[in-house]
Amino acid sequence: MSAPATIGPATQHQAFSFGRIGAITSNTLLELVRLKVFYFLLLFGIILIGSSLFMVNFTFQQQFQVLKDVSLGSMSIFTWLLGVLSTAMLLPKDVEDRTLYTILAKPVPRFEYLLGKLLGVLALLAIATALMSVVFVAVLYARQQWEIAQAIRSLPDDQIQAAITGIKEAAFGGSLVQAVIIIYLKAALCASFTLLISIFASSMIFTIIVSVMVYFIGHIQGIAREYWLAEGAGPMAKIFLSFVALLFPDLQLFNLVDDIVVGTLVPAMMFWKTAGLGVIYILVYLFAGYFVFAGKEL
Amino acid sequence: MKRLFVALAALLIFGAVKLPFERSLAAEHRRAFFHAAELNLELREQIGQGGFIAALSGFRSVLADLLWIRAHVAWENTEWGRMKLLFDAVTSLQPRALPFWEGAAWQMAYNASVAAFNDPDQPREALRQKAQREYFQLGEQYLLRGIKFNPDRAILFDRLGLIYQDKMKDPCKAAWAYGEAAKRKDAMPYVQRLALYNLARCPGREAEAYSGLVKLFHKGKEERLLTLLTRIDELQEKLNIPPEQRIDTAPDRKEATPR
Repeated sequence: MSAPATIGPATQHQAFSFGRIGAITSNTLLELVRLKVFYFLLLFGIILIGSSLFMVNFTFQQQFQVLKDVSLGSMSIFTWLLGVLSTAMLLPKDVEDRTLYTILAKPVPRFEYLLGKLLGVLALLAIATALMSVVFVAVLYARQQWEIAQAIRSLPDDQIQAAITGIKEAAFGGSLVQAVIIIYLKAALCASFTLLISIFASSMIFTIIVSVMVYFIGHIQGIAREYWLAEGAGPMAKIFLSFVALLFPDLQLFNLVDDIVVGTLVPAMMFWKTAGLGVIYILVYLFAGYFVFAGKEL
Repeated sequence: MKRLFVALAALLIFGAVKLPFERSLAAEHRRAFFHAAELNLELREQIGQGGFIAALSGFRSVLADLLWIRAHVAWENTEWGRMKLLFDAVTSLQPRALPFWEGAAWQMAYNASVAAFNDPDQPREALRQKAQREYFQLGEQYLLRGIKFNPDRAILFDRLGLIYQDKMKDPCKAAWAYGEAAKRKDAMPYVQRLALYNLARCPGREAEAYSGLVKLFHKGKEERLLTLLTRIDELQEKLNIPPEQRIDTAPDRKEATPR
């Protein structure tokens, strides 16, 4: 006969637990990574970045510009798509699989559940951004070495050093790291907004469509805001524009890549302000989502 | 449903709080030369609805590259008019991209102008020359517009100086352009010299050019290039500089002359 199992002292339930959030985050990440859509999106992104290596023969400045444009543009669109699609399916999938009820039947606060889900998506976006960045840097480095080899072959000795400096500056000069961070933050912001939508949306398609629309509106929010605050618009237009300016994020503020690729430098303070605004948006959408989710009948 | 409306109201309040910050950040971005592209109706007509939506959605640079590649194909087919339209769209989309301004100006002032002058379908030389001048002016206009968006960079002033010097044969304007290039932080080492060479040929400004060239001469051996010495000699004659004040360029001339 085996000895009866000893029951330890009951652990007190914590109102907020990083352990629980970590468990939900890792499970969400695992679920998302197992989905084929993740691999397809990542593959397309990497292929597009890789293909920029075989561009038309321009001057080396133009070649590097095209390469960076295509690569960072691909990263931007695929991280956004990944953020929106993976977030849009989180809640409907959990409802369909009944996982949501199993988790919330346990002493897991709804905020922790939501935060864990969002962190899972953010981790997925971080992995995808990191992978695409690695390919981007490899492509850029390969092109740089090729251009240097060409310069060594074709230029007189006294001009080689200046040419190499110029090539290196054209390849890796500027605020590329900041560009990648801003791309990630923009995708994370869109994911956070998508999570908010998905809480009250009736279907996944509705969530995706609304998120895509918000993405487009977000890019013209700045224009709407300036027009609203300027003289000239009629009262109805003003009401509409104020609604757009107040409710939607100004995504143009996170659209620095277009100018970074042409060598415009991002001042440190401006970068931190932009990044800070991105983080605030993510938190605000998360808390708004939680507020709606807390009162939702499941 | 009630909670949804409360959340909506909270988001609107947050919107009102973030509004001044967003405005000041947008202004800061513009001061740092971000978002300089003017996405207006003219551009909308040039790039079509799809392109305009892409440009608005944060894919301005990718679209500009695509149109630049099209312009490259148009160049291979020597479609100068089409190239001009594409260059207009590209430079509107990416006004901070120096290679686009530089490339567009070079294509117009150098390639298209030569093609216009050698046009086999136009027997009258005067008209071919007129067409050639118009292409020079197009090149000049691209660079002047580019400078408006990139006043902090030397390269466009340098290229403008080259067009004034080689194509439009206007040493006064060339001297101005090279002089402006020399004032920029990223100025090339040769632009100050070129500004003075051109100033030496600008009627009425020879004395100014002479004093600048003398300063360069005294800067050191590396500045005493053959053209500089020749210009000094020319100006000493032209300005009737007294013999005791003249610079003897002969010893340096020997060293500067390529063997």
